Amino acid sequence: MDSPLLDIVEPGATPTKEKCPVSPAVGIDLGTTNSLMAWVQGGKPRCLADVDEGSAMLPSVVSYAEGEVLVGQAARRRALEFPHQTISSVKRFMGRAPNEVPPEIRKLYRLAEGDSGVARFYLKDRDTSPVEVSAEILRALKSRAESTLGPITQAVITVPAYFDDAQRQATKDAGRLAGLEVLRLLNEPTAAALAYGLDKGSQGTFAVYDLGGGTFDISILKLIEGVFEVKAVGGDTQLGGDDFDLALAGPQMDAAQKSGPHAVQQLLQEARAVKEVLSDLPEARLQGRLVTRDELEAAITPLVEKTLGSVRRALKDAALKPQDVDGVILVGGSTRVPLVRRKVADLFGKEPLADIDPDQVVALGAAVQADLLTAENAREDVLLLDVLPLSLGLETYGGIVEKIIHRNTTVPNSAAQTFTTYADGQTALDVHVVQGERELVADCRSLARFVLRGIPPLPAGFARIDITFAVDQNALLSVTAREQLTGISQTVEIKPSHGLTDEEVERVLLSSFEHAESDLEARTLLSERVEAGRILQAAQKQLVANGDLLEPSERQAIESNIAALTLATKSDDAGTIHLAIEALDHSSSDFARRVMERGLQRAMGGHRASEFA
Amino acid sequence: MAITVTVQAAEQIKKKLAARAQTTAQSGLRIGVKGGGCSGLSYVIEFADAPRAHDRVIEVDGVKVYVDPKSAIYLDGTVFDFETKLLQSGFVFKNPKVKSACGCGESFTPAV
Repeated sequence: MDSPLLDIVEPGATPTKEKCPVSPAVGIDLGTTNSLMAWVQGGKPRCLADVDEGSAMLPSVVSYAEGEVLVGQAARRRALEFPHQTISSVKRFMGRAPNEVPPEIRKLYRLAEGDSGVARFYLKDRDTSPVEVSAEILRALKSRAESTLGPITQAVITVPAYFDDAQRQATKDAGRLAGLEVLRLLNEPTAAALAYGLDKGSQGTFAVYDLGGGTFDISILKLIEGVFEVKAVGGDTQLGGDDFDLALAGPQMDAAQKSGPHAVQQLLQEARAVKEVLSDLPEARLQGRLVTRDELEAAITPLVEKTLGSVRRALKDAALKPQDVDGVILVGGSTRVPLVRRKVADLFGKEPLADIDPDQVVALGAAVQADLLTAENAREDVLLLDVLPLSLGLETYGGIVEKIIHRNTTVPNSAAQTFTTYADGQTALDVHVVQGERELVADCRSLARFVLRGIPPLPAGFARIDITFAVDQNALLSVTAREQLTGISQTVEIKPSHGLTDEEVERVLLSSFEHAESDLEARTLLSERVEAGRILQAAQKQLVANGDLLEPSERQAIESNIAALTLATKSDDAGTIHLAIEALDHSSSDFARRVMERGLQRAMGGHRASEFA
Repeated sequence: MAITVTVQAAEQIKKKLAARAQTTAQSGLRIGVKGGGCSGLSYVIEFADAPRAHDRVIEVDGVKVYVDPKSAIYLDGTVFDFETKLLQSGFVFKNPKVKSACGCGESFTPAV
């Protein structure tokens, strides 16, 4: 394989290539209902406008019907015809066992537990995992963006602040499966604050109220001199606009269920549309039933009140009163519901901010973060502090949880605690890592378990074992146990018990090879087009600047090759474009040499290059 | 196998050396590889005003090209050439050992 064309540098001046200057790193809001992609151009984040049928939002729906994979609106339309083979709200299943998903959502699919307890979807002709379905969504965003941006390799993906390790890991796996290097997972409310904070130079204490399709997050943030600190997070991973639809459809749900899954999907889609209409109009019809805005509000009031309970708890965690908050940022399409705005305004005693499109603000913030992480002159003054959503701890004797790192601790972070043996001559220690707020192991989520062996036999209580928890900036955990006397130690890379097993990862990677060929083809075509664009620009520029070096016949040859290449770029065949590039290269190489000679002569103050030979 | 420096490359090296104030009779070009870059290794192409111990020296048309012994392993079979294209001209490593390169092509992974 040839290297690119290189130039000679002075001794020791070879640049260190830590990162390659490729196409921009993008921000992705992988949402329950819709997904968006944004990137920073000219210092401003913007969403990719035409992702799906003219909209910036790609419905997070994947259909596997009739042997083809469709994503977005096209998939959503298939949901009615093929309800069992069309998956929406897949985010609710990420890193989850089937029984952890609410029954209303769960019963729309045929589910089973995979090798590691995580839910799997059984479809007509195949089965698939939430990670693979999410990867299809990411792949769709990526390929649609690539026609505008060129090949995309790096991304920041947002997750709800409440996502636990298993859910975060599943999101990372999905990114990897889609061929993306996940630079970072960013909490959605933090992304929203970044979009607001950096664009508007806001300062003070802010609450980010994010009510999306399937998740609710509340974050309390402090913005001081461009530094973000998350003071508290709270929310509910199982509450969002989907639940509004369910509540609105409630009276008609039994009848729909009797008619089968087709009718349920139809009813939910229409309920969503009616809900949106009721934001503007006082009444609308849902499958013939007249529904007023008052009725909608009555149906969803308990849900909205539930979010306000989370808001109050988060404020309490941050030791703040509602009036201490300088501004409230609204995020998520469900915050367009008038009742939500009213209730939020009432609680905080001020009108919430919504100047940035609440559907786009998270993706825009993620793009800002992606830009900061990859920019040549990375702005080191922008420090982004995230907090742990849930406490991390250890099982101690008797099934009690000893918390090592508490929730709402800023990350990255590490903490250590010394443990001892409880029996005489004990030579091994069972280290059981759990996540949660409850005091008993049985009520927390088990993350990992390992055994530290080789502890010298001593009376009970004499051995000293340091256990260190380290959480990286993606809120992923590693745990090290070290016996002080002997120095024996063991580190565990947390494999969340609800994540994917190696076999599952292997299998999904193998199946991703199905896409490998078409991906490569698309990539080759794109890079040839980019190369063609660059060479056409250069050729035209040189014709203007140095055209006098050419005989008319030579000029004609180059111009006809330029025309041919321009035509070839419209083709969908990479080989055709490549041949046209080569033809232009070939016909212009003599010209290029003359242009270079001229440049060299000018640089050497009129000497001929041959004098130095 | 060995490293080949083409006559075209040698001519260009000669010109570039001539345009440099510090060039002496010992001066030549150092090519090699070093760690770093997103795909593992990247190429080095620098002026060298004196050889280092253990360097291998390739002489073409009176131009000296220095390669350290470790780089020589990675560059075995490489043709070091100079290419002129409309967009740019420059030196190119045609390395049969490269099995994959990163997106920008400036770093690479050698085949085992």
